[in-house]
Formats: sequence, C-alpha cells, structure tokens
Amino acid sequence: MTTLSPPGTLLRKEAAGTTRRRTDSSYPLWFAVPAAVLFLVFFAVPTFASFWFSLTRWTLFDVEFIGFDNFVQFFREPQLVTGFVNTLVYGILTSGAKVVLGLALGVFLTSPILGRGYLRAIVFFPVLVSTIGVGITFKVLLDPFDGVVNRVLGWFGVDGPGWLTDPDLALLTVAAVDVWKGLGIATLIFIAGIVAIPQDYFEAARMDGASGWQQFRHITLPLSMPATGTVVILSLIGGLRSFDLIWAMTNGGPGFTSDVIGSVIYKQYQAGFYGLSTAGNVVLFAVVAAVMVPVSLALRRREQEL
Amino acid sequence: MRTLRLRRAAYGVLAIVVSVVVFLVPFAFIVLTASKTAPDASQLEFSLPQDWAFLDNLVEVVSYRDGIVLRAFVNSAVLTVLSVTAMVLLAAMVGYVTQRRRSWLNPVVDTMVLAGLIVPPAVVPTVWVLQRLELFKTLGGLVLIEVTFGLSFCILLFRAFVATIPRELDEAAILDGAGPVRLFWTMIVPLLRPVIITVVVVQAVAVFNDFTGPLYFLPGDENATVQLTLYNFQGQSLNQYNLLFMDILLITIPPLVLYVFFNRQIVAGMTNGALKG
Repeated sequence: MTTLSPPGTLLRKEAAGTTRRRTDSSYPLWFAVPAAVLFLVFFAVPTFASFWFSLTRWTLFDVEFIGFDNFVQFFREPQLVTGFVNTLVYGILTSGAKVVLGLALGVFLTSPILGRGYLRAIVFFPVLVSTIGVGITFKVLLDPFDGVVNRVLGWFGVDGPGWLTDPDLALLTVAAVDVWKGLGIATLIFIAGIVAIPQDYFEAARMDGASGWQQFRHITLPLSMPATGTVVILSLIGGLRSFDLIWAMTNGGPGFTSDVIGSVIYKQYQAGFYGLSTAGNVVLFAVVAAVMVPVSLALRRREQEL
Repeated sequence: MRTLRLRRAAYGVLAIVVSVVVFLVPFAFIVLTASKTAPDASQLEFSLPQDWAFLDNLVEVVSYRDGIVLRAFVNSAVLTVLSVTAMVLLAAMVGYVTQRRRSWLNPVVDTMVLAGLIVPPAVVPTVWVLQRLELFKTLGGLVLIEVTFGLSFCILLFRAFVATIPRELDEAAILDGAGPVRLFWTMIVPLLRPVIITVVVVQAVAVFNDFTGPLYFLPGDENATVQLTLYNFQGQSLNQYNLLFMDILLITIPPLVLYVFFNRQIVAGMTNGALKG
C-alpha cells in the first residue's frame, strides 16, 4: 500500500481537492472582516499612533514634534516616577497575594468541608460588583476616624492607622481591596486546576503514608502549575493596568503617593497634556511587555520541566 | 472517623464565620446605609437604621437632578445590549471561520487576540480616532470601543466551542445546498447556544461595570452611564451617604441577579477563557 500507489489514488486526491475547495467556500474569510475593521480602526491605529504622538506636544488640533522630551519628563518628575514605581509594586503585590490566597482557598474549597457551595459562591461575588462601588464602600469603611474598621480596632484598644490618608499605607490599602475583589477569579481557576488532578495520585501518596502537607507540596502544588501560571498572568495584566479602583479610593493621593501609570495618564489627559499622557501609555505598554514576556517564558519553561 | 467529620464541620463553621465578616459585612453595610436617613448615615456606623428610609431614599435617588440616575440606567442598558449583541455576532463569525478553515487568516487572528488581551489601549489616540470619525461623546462610539476591547476574549471562547461541533453536520447542510450564511445562521448558531449564554452574561457584567470606557470616551452628563453617576454622586453630595449607597445598591443589583440565574455559565466562562488564554 505504501510503496505501490493504487490506480485510484490520483482520482481520489483530486476529489479531495475539490471537496476541500467546496468546503472552503462554505467558510468565507469575509466573516472576519467586520471584527478586523473594528480592531484595526479602534485598536491597532491608536496603538501605532501612540508611538508617534508620544513624541509630540499635542493639543488634538495642533501637533509639534519634540522628540523624547515627554519621556525625559516622565522619568525626571518625581510625581511621574512615583507612578511608575507604584505600578510595579501594585502589580507584583496583588498578583502575589492572589496566587497565595487563591491557592490556599482553592485547596480548602476542594476539600470536603461544611458549606462548600456557599463559600465558593460568596468568595466569587465581589468579582461581579462594580469596581467604583467597591472603592467607595471601602473608602467609607476605612475612614480614619468614623470608619467601621478603625472603630472595631478601637474596641480592642488598637489605634487604627489612616488607611487611605497615610502616604506610606494608601497604595497598600488599595492593593488589599483589589485582592478582596479579584480573589474570586483566582480561587476559581485554582479549583478548576486542582479538581483536574487524578485522585489516584493522592490515594497512592496516602498509602505510602504521606502527610497532608507532603501531598500538597509534592502533588497539588506541582500539578496545579498551569493554573498558577494563568493566575499570575491574568492578575499581572490586570494589576499593571489598574486605574479605576485607585481612582475611586484615593485619586492617586495623598499628594501623588498612590498614583500609578494608569492614573497619571488620566491626570495628564485632564490637564490637556495629551502628548505626555500618550507617553504614559507607551511607558505602560513597555512595562507590561517587559514584565509579561519573561514571566510567561519562565512559566512555560517550568511547565515543560514537569 | 467521627473526630475527622467533627473537624471538617469545625473548619467549615470557622470559614463561614470568616466569610461573613470579610465578604458579607461590606455588602450588608451598603444595604443598611442605603436604608438610613441622611444624618443617621453620616455617622458611618455599621448598625440598624434608626428610621427605615429605604423607599424615601430610593425615590430621592431616582428623581435626583431630573432623574439623571434613571437616564443613566437607560444609557447603560442600551450600551450593554448593543455592545454584547455585536460582540457575540462578530466574535462567533471569526471563531467559526478560523476554527473550520486553516488559512493565512489564522496567525493574523491569533496575533490580534493576543495583542487585544495584553496591550493596554492607548487612550488619547483613541479619542483622536473617535473625533475624526465624529463618534466622540456618542453612545455609538462607545459601543464600538466596548465591542473592540471585548472581541479577543469572546473569539477564544467561540473558537474553542466550535471545535466541539462535528464537521459532518456542516457537510450535511452543504450537501443540502446551504450557502455559507445559511449554514452559519441556521446550523451553527443554534448549536452555539451554551457558549453564547456564557459570553453574553460575562460580557454584560463587564460592559455594565465598565468605568474607564465611559470616563474617557463618553464624558458629560447628557449620556452618563451608571458608573459615572456613582462617581459624580461621590463628588457632589458628600454628606448624603444614604443616597450614595442607595446608588451603589441599585447598580450592584443587575449583575447580582445575573449571577444568581447564570452562576454556572459565568463560572465556566471565566475559567475556560482564562485557562485557554
């Protein structure tokens, strides 16, 4: 069969070719045109245009080329540098916390405990609530004097800090609320990853007398690596780009201590510095790329090793 | 065996108590504050209202400034329905064609999807494009933006789902003389129902809750969306926490209702999309 081609082969090949052509025409490429046009006009064009406009002083009517001045200003003004550093801190902190807490909750909520369904539902619900609504609610709860949190701390004789008014604390507080809101997705992804691990592994480990911690360390942790990767990537993308929660809770304040690149972009836009604002966008793009590329490469390597 | 079961119950009870404090108290705080009178609410306490003013607050929020909140709800509803409809249709077409047919289009679409998921949108240049097309500050313009930003995620879901529909069904329809449009519309789309529900629910929540889009591309009171009224309320009526929280409550209800009815689809959509992305 393999060395001698039977006489029908050519014919059949031809027939296959024509049916292929016929089916191809049943799946016309123009189906992709409307989406492609939207993507081109409202995403690709602005993205490429941003590289040009970031090199200009720009008022929407008037464009003046000024080279790299916007970027120089971006890394010289302390206010803007703070935003740059905060973006990294915020992205890494929220992402790390979501991985650790999400994994812990994922393990916990896949074990047979009382009220599991309720717990899964309640952890997920903040994901669906408006970010601005969450921001305002926590701003009120964390009010330094009248807020519920500090009042409760007062009962125990603890003098609660100014969660959102202390310059050293504001960014961390917002990051914590971000984790509160986004933890549900991370947990969900870990649950899906852990449920997919074959039960035989755990049974075999138990037969060999492995403790709960050993099972977690040598089975659950390595085998939920793909889920970990997904959570890291998703939460990093979200964390580095975050804007609305910070804007609702602190407006980047006090001063500009909790500014991130996202809020710098908005502030410069409001102030009419469109070129500088767009330079902020390009910096954000560079930051996201600089963080995501090594992280996703490292994650892929880890996955292949296993 | 009994001690084990007891321990599990104890852990469960402990977890339920913690979850009530961490997750339910903030939500209860919203409801309670929304039910208080203005002076009572300004105490910011977690307590039962001295006088229940739930209905009064509701009426006041709805009639505030000639019913701007109601108008915002209409705007948000229109925005959400139009955006999600277009997103589903366009993404389903792309996902279907690229799954069924290998061509030069596939690597292009893959790149687009990846870029759409990762690259932060360039704000001011997008405003500039919208102005050029005379779509800036129009609901239509914002619809197109929302559709564009949501496409990547939807295409991933649709392509994965189309792969589970056997090609034999297509071939049968083609032999019966169905053209491409009829094949897609009468054969494929009805089979996509489960994934369509998922995409609709997930994206409806996302568009309805979107703050940054309307903030940049649809400014002005004329066609404010619900998230912007919330933001404006915060600035204008600082002493009226009862009204602010009534607004938060109203805005939180639609996504929660969706969650109650489509819990499984939302969960499936978010984990599927995530694991494949």
